[in-house]
Amino acid sequence: MSDIILETRGLTKHYGGVQALDDANFILHAGEHVAVVGDNGAGKSTFVRQITAVEQRTAGQIFFDGKEVSHAGPLAAREAGIETVFQTLALADDLDVPSNLFLGREIFKFRLGPFSWLDRKAMRDRTMEALKTTAVKIPNVDNPIRNMSGGQRQCVAIARTAAFASKLVIMDEPTAALGVQETAQVENIIRGLKERGIPMVLVSHNLRQVFDLVDRIVVFRRGRIVASLKRDETDGNDIVSYITGVKGSADGAYA
Amino acid sequence: MSKPTSQPTGTGGQKYDATKRARANEWNIFAALVAIVIVFEVLNRVNGTSFLFNLRDNVPGLFNQQRLDIMILQVAITGIIALGVTQVIILGGIDLSSGSLVGATAMITMSFAQTALVNGNPNPKAVFGPEWMDLPVIIPIVVGLACGIFAGLINGMLVAYTKIPPFIATLGMMVSARGASRWWSNGTPVSFPTETYATVSNGDLLGTLTFGLLHWDGQNPAVVFVALAVLFQVIMIYTLYGKHTYAIGSNEAAARMSGINVDRHKVLVYTIAGMLAGVSAVLLTSKNLTAQAGMGMMYELDAIAMAVIGGVSLSGGRGSIVGTVLGAAIFSVIISGFTSIKLDAYYQEMVKGAIIVGAVILDQWRQKNRTRG
Repeated sequence: MSDIILETRGLTKHYGGVQALDDANFILHAGEHVAVVGDNGAGKSTFVRQITAVEQRTAGQIFFDGKEVSHAGPLAAREAGIETVFQTLALADDLDVPSNLFLGREIFKFRLGPFSWLDRKAMRDRTMEALKTTAVKIPNVDNPIRNMSGGQRQCVAIARTAAFASKLVIMDEPTAALGVQETAQVENIIRGLKERGIPMVLVSHNLRQVFDLVDRIVVFRRGRIVASLKRDETDGNDIVSYITGVKGSADGAYA
Repeated sequence: MSKPTSQPTGTGGQKYDATKRARANEWNIFAALVAIVIVFEVLNRVNGTSFLFNLRDNVPGLFNQQRLDIMILQVAITGIIALGVTQVIILGGIDLSSGSLVGATAMITMSFAQTALVNGNPNPKAVFGPEWMDLPVIIPIVVGLACGIFAGLINGMLVAYTKIPPFIATLGMMVSARGASRWWSNGTPVSFPTETYATVSNGDLLGTLTFGLLHWDGQNPAVVFVALAVLFQVIMIYTLYGKHTYAIGSNEAAARMSGINVDRHKVLVYTIAGMLAGVSAVLLTSKNLTAQAGMGMMYELDAIAMAVIGGVSLSGGRGSIVGTVLGAAIFSVIISGFTSIKLDAYYQEMVKGAIIVGAVILDQWRQKNRTRG
């Protein structure tokens, strides 16, 4: 099946004696947007950290883009095409927007080792382009992002992910700290990704947002995947009962 | 539903002025420099003297050349170190070893710059035998730079690969390098360089470098300082090196996650800082025609003070080479200013300490005011 972009089989992670993630079997199809929901400590972030290789799994397999992968770190994962917006923003506050967007993948006028000459105009132009495609409005991209509001900074982080997204985007609570209007903006960026056919895994606590945005909802509870439900075939109450354990035994469910 | 709204971004209740470009600090620092000069000029005039100008009839010239020379020399020698220290601080580190590196490098460099015969007699301060004397001038210069690079490399590797705090790594280097400079010639000064070595700081360097196109008999360390300042200002703004230095100082974890080879970059920055200390040592020994184990004492703090006065934030990520150049000028003006109003040297030291602390307080205050408007 070549339209599977990401698959995990028996993905397991222990922290010492704590089983944070247990036998997670998960499939993401091309162009599909999936939400990962669950209570605090249910294993959502742990799951994401294994896929993005921020941590190394205890057991199990990850297949990405048709091949089994074992990325050494988040950088290798990113190079393979997995772009991630982390819960803690990975931005350099003292740099302006283009510098942040192109951090670690700068464009050069000419190369000379560490003293390679930056093509600042090209980076700025492509930044404006990227902000335009993701519909992010930043009043002055030449300002250090320190001077911007939390929402604008989050938008920069997400625009960075969206602009370079090639195969898969992962967002870990992208709107957790944002106001209403900023959240709407982030959601627009996500819809833009959907239109561009880029698959996404969204970790979120916000069920309204989840129902607005994704095709399928995967519920984690106590480190296990307890349900995988199509958005159109479920509702908020249903999801909540899976999250709290009213519905669904903690074994046997496949995503 | 899938159409992006055309509303501008919300700002979450934070005030954010789109038109207010975070303005370069450097103009404020320049204004402070001018203000301080004026203050000292006024204080001097009250006593019937002048800070900047020449009031004596028996000496030609508009300016007080003697004072200017002292200030320019101080700005240049310590300023060159400060250029390196600035980069280290922007990187989020600190370099306490630069002063001691000047001492150690000065001793070693001078040993390779000695002349065999002084007024027909053998060099009384000889470190090596005669076969190591009267060497071409390029050799002591290369030795000086190599010493600085070597020590900077050790600093950088300690910081990058052992993960000990830069404060500790460079403190160790500070003590060790000072020890090395005393050990080198058992504490005795190394003197009597070749004539060509003396011309590095005292001759027509500009003429040599431009093959006779330009001539200047003034302060060569100042020429080197300005050239290096321009070079590093350009590097810090237009090259990957500068971008990554600011990025690491701003958010090291983000830089790492973005694929920057943070450790290698740290080694490079500390190495460049070491090399600049070497440059400073060469110019200083060439100027003074002698090297002593105590040379460069406390220069590291002067250099840090220059950077901090120039708006370089000790928490990393912010500041500029231009700022440090202005900071160096302010620092030197204040020291000379206190001398000009006949303030005791003891007071000067005390004031120096207060300036450093004051500049850091100012920086933190600025930071608090700047974050999220």
